[in-house]
Amino acid sequence: MTDLLPIIVAKYNYWLYVILMMIGLYAMIAKNNFIKKVVGMNIFQTAIILFYLSIGYKKDATLPIIELAHEGGHGPVVHAIDYINPLPHVLMLTAIVVSVATFGVAMAIALRIYQRYQTLEEDELRMRLSEE
Amino acid sequence: MKILGFIVACMTGILLLYGTADFPAWGDPACPAATHVSNVYIEKTFEQTHVPNIVTAVLADYRGYDTMFETSVIFCAGLACFLLLRDFRKKKEHFYRHVPTGVILHVKNTEETLSVGKEFEYMDREWVPPDLIIKTVCRILIPFIQIYAFYVVAHGDFSPGGGFQGGVIFGASLILIAIAYNLKTLVKRIKEKIFGICAAVGVLIYAGIAAICMPMGGRFLNYGKLAPLIPGDPDHVRALGMLGIEIGVGIAVMAVMCIIYINIVSEGRHDEGL
Repeated sequence: MTDLLPIIVAKYNYWLYVILMMIGLYAMIAKNNFIKKVVGMNIFQTAIILFYLSIGYKKDATLPIIELAHEGGHGPVVHAIDYINPLPHVLMLTAIVVSVATFGVAMAIALRIYQRYQTLEEDELRMRLSEE
Repeated sequence: MKILGFIVACMTGILLLYGTADFPAWGDPACPAATHVSNVYIEKTFEQTHVPNIVTAVLADYRGYDTMFETSVIFCAGLACFLLLRDFRKKKEHFYRHVPTGVILHVKNTEETLSVGKEFEYMDREWVPPDLIIKTVCRILIPFIQIYAFYVVAHGDFSPGGGFQGGVIFGASLILIAIAYNLKTLVKRIKEKIFGICAAVGVLIYAGIAAICMPMGGRFLNYGKLAPLIPGDPDHVRALGMLGIEIGVGIAVMAVMCIIYINIVSEGRHDEGL
């Protein structure tokens, strides 16, 4: 245990995301209700978004908007070490909106299933399908 | 199933945790993610595009293809919601409420909605008495939310913001109308057709600005070649090109948010809902 603790403390951010991701995965596999499965998918996506953002972080760096010296003429001298990595932010910006879109489509499909079979539970749906 | 799921999740979790042992420390400036292409972006962006916000520059210029197809994914999501849920059958029963007296009129076996005067109002199945406080607060708040959304889109090149965020804020303000009043108010003010056209026009603005670059002698999405079309400082042509596509993205995202919301809450009927 004493050996494990420094490892956890050094990388606690990754541990948190893995735990969050597994909560989402468990919900997707084990939950019976479709809405709960969709919520599990959203938790999974959130874990991935947080993971990417933590990759982009740099110590003692500011956010990736270049500070302009209002002198005109030459552009500012930019050192990469002063700014955090912009690439994960770009990827996650689009991923957030796409996760909203997938959530919307999943809800629409769940609604259609409910309209047709009057249930959102997976086992009841299996039963109805085998009756037909 | 529950035990099996738990075992699967635990095994995957343990494998992933084992994998984190090889990860770089948190915030390490020398980690692989922060050494190769990211440094080029940070150091060259202002020189090449004259846009201070690196995230916007990478999103709209360096990775323009990615964002364009991301926008079409959003468009397809709105289309999928519409195709799955839209129900054009009309209701056969209608309720109208006489506002001064509270008498309720029940009209059966007609598909027509009566044109009601000022004294009557249309009632839903889930009709609740209108709440004056909520309505007033939303009426005051919504214009400011919308102006803020425009600022977020227009200022995306220089400060945190951009088309996706601004579009979502604008869509949220429209959804707020539907929540504070009722769904019919929103659908009456902005027709379904307009939302559909907006979603398509947003994607078209993006693809159009990207395509105009080709006859001007550049490649697809090379805004630098738009300089003869835009008066002013040629250094800022790329910033203006990015602003144009951000506006397209904003319109598309706004429309698709509303399409998804309206279709889901009303089960495709567009008459009553949250």
